[in-house]
Amino acid sequence: MNKFIRNIILIAIVIYFIYYAQKHFDSYTLSILDNIGIFAILALSYNLINGIAGQFSLEPNGFVAIGAYFTAILLIPTDTKLDMFALVDPAPIILQMKAHFLPAILIGGVAASFVALLLSFPVFRVRGDYLAIVTLGFGFIIRIFAINNPAYTNGAMGLNDIPEEANFLWIGILCVITFLVMIHVIYSKFGRAMKSVRDDEDAASAMGINTFKMKTYAFMTSAFFEGVGGGLLASMLTTITPDQFSFLLTFQLLIIIVLGGLGSMSGALIATILVMGGMEWLRFLDDDIKIFGMDLGAHPGMRMVVFAILLIVMMLFARRGLLGDRELTEFFKKKSK
Amino acid sequence: MSGNILKIDHITMQFGGVTAIDDLSFEVEKGSIYGLIGPNGAGKTTIFNIITGNLYPTKGKVIFEGNDITGVKPNKVVYKGIARTFQNIRLFKSMSVLDNILIGFDAQANYSYFEAILRLPRYFKHEKLIKEKAYELMDIFGITQFANSNATALSYGNQRKVEIARALATNPKLLLLDEPAAGMNPNETAELSEIIHKIKKDFNLSILLIEHDMKFVNAMCDNLTVLDYGEKIFEGKPADAIVDKRVISAYLGDFTNA
Repeated sequence: MNKFIRNIILIAIVIYFIYYAQKHFDSYTLSILDNIGIFAILALSYNLINGIAGQFSLEPNGFVAIGAYFTAILLIPTDTKLDMFALVDPAPIILQMKAHFLPAILIGGVAASFVALLLSFPVFRVRGDYLAIVTLGFGFIIRIFAINNPAYTNGAMGLNDIPEEANFLWIGILCVITFLVMIHVIYSKFGRAMKSVRDDEDAASAMGINTFKMKTYAFMTSAFFEGVGGGLLASMLTTITPDQFSFLLTFQLLIIIVLGGLGSMSGALIATILVMGGMEWLRFLDDDIKIFGMDLGAHPGMRMVVFAILLIVMMLFARRGLLGDRELTEFFKKKSK
Repeated sequence: MSGNILKIDHITMQFGGVTAIDDLSFEVEKGSIYGLIGPNGAGKTTIFNIITGNLYPTKGKVIFEGNDITGVKPNKVVYKGIARTFQNIRLFKSMSVLDNILIGFDAQANYSYFEAILRLPRYFKHEKLIKEKAYELMDIFGITQFANSNATALSYGNQRKVEIARALATNPKLLLLDEPAAGMNPNETAELSEIIHKIKKDFNLSILLIEHDMKFVNAMCDNLTVLDYGEKIFEGKPADAIVDKRVISAYLGDFTNA
């Protein structure tokens, strides 16, 4: 019970911080925090399928796109839609779709989750590298679908004027919820079963674990929150195009979860802050560089070079990621022993 | 013959042109320890894989408690009451000893995915229940002090115990042990045979075991089958096996000519 009260207090403090930040921080800081929050949601959920269940899948850009498009279509007012769809008239169902912010976000998540369910049947027939290739293909299919169906998605022009209803309060709270759900899944028989599938699939099924079911659970949960994150992203950016959801997005998430340690949710959180925050904090490198009075001039892109070097150094010194596959709390436990 | 728990009925297993098992039949009596021995490559582990559903036999049937379970999926076979260990220990290497054993209790923790996410009372009740059971099981094997250490950090003998405990957690009626004493020193082997006898009595088990160590087999098994190149060359009491000519020549080497 002690632990329970401690957790409640911790959550309360975090939510108070989110509330405080929303009220008092300037818009630049908030936009960075928004970004970190959304990527934290994506990285946490991606970590479930990739780190905990050990299924090396490269699909999150597809699910983020599904969530983003569903949320965008549900949020944009009908009149705006009629103006926006320039290539062809929007399909009637697109015009009818309408929802408030929170339902829109959740519908985006459910849609992604449902697609994950359908996808799991063909996808989990293969393991390892083959799974990566199949899921990578799915990401491409979603993007090409978005480009080639202008009646539903406005094609390559994307959707604009999405009402900006996502603020840090929403993003932060959904991020906290994502984290709690992930932790609750991991520390239950389902999390254990997912880990057993990761460690040794044959031994897991010899213990009565339905490995396909466990993978599908992980996949659907992962997809749900990736959809939610996509919805938040759409509402935050107010404009989405198919090209935003390319493989690069998956790649960025992969860097985050590998850096944090595959299978560690707290690691994923820390890595998101480091990577997303680091990209911002290193911005000064793109400006004029002056060393000992020598003016080396401005080198746009220097930021990315330094960032890449930092990543390489971090991975050299922490090969299994910052936290390995353990959670932050487990390190404290070890010390107290 | 109502006493049979497992019946292997004329099983033939071919991999391409290789016949790994040739028309093999034997029966495991309820409450007995049955040995399956033979030189390397005789097809012992193949039989295990067929029983647990990892392989589908070319011909023949596996009858468990009177039901045909040939080709039932591995995770479903567990629910029927058959659990196994592996020749090369296969613990879940990133998990603690406790978590490894809790995997065995998976089916007994009866709460849904949403109950776990929302942390409803049933989650706490069932988690507590299976944790208590897991500690009871660890007590029997004397591995309680390792509960929170990583499973692969244990000594070989203790890892074996964890694996057997994990199999027992699924509440089996028939336990398949694939070379349980492999790589153990004589002390550990003696301790293991004591434990196996104890769990057999306490859990009302029947045991089918593969083993190389003849002394161990002699001490453990009520009956045994000797395989050589997929064929049964002997069936009967262990005491008779070690004096049987064909067994000696196949299994121990033909030293009449030496």
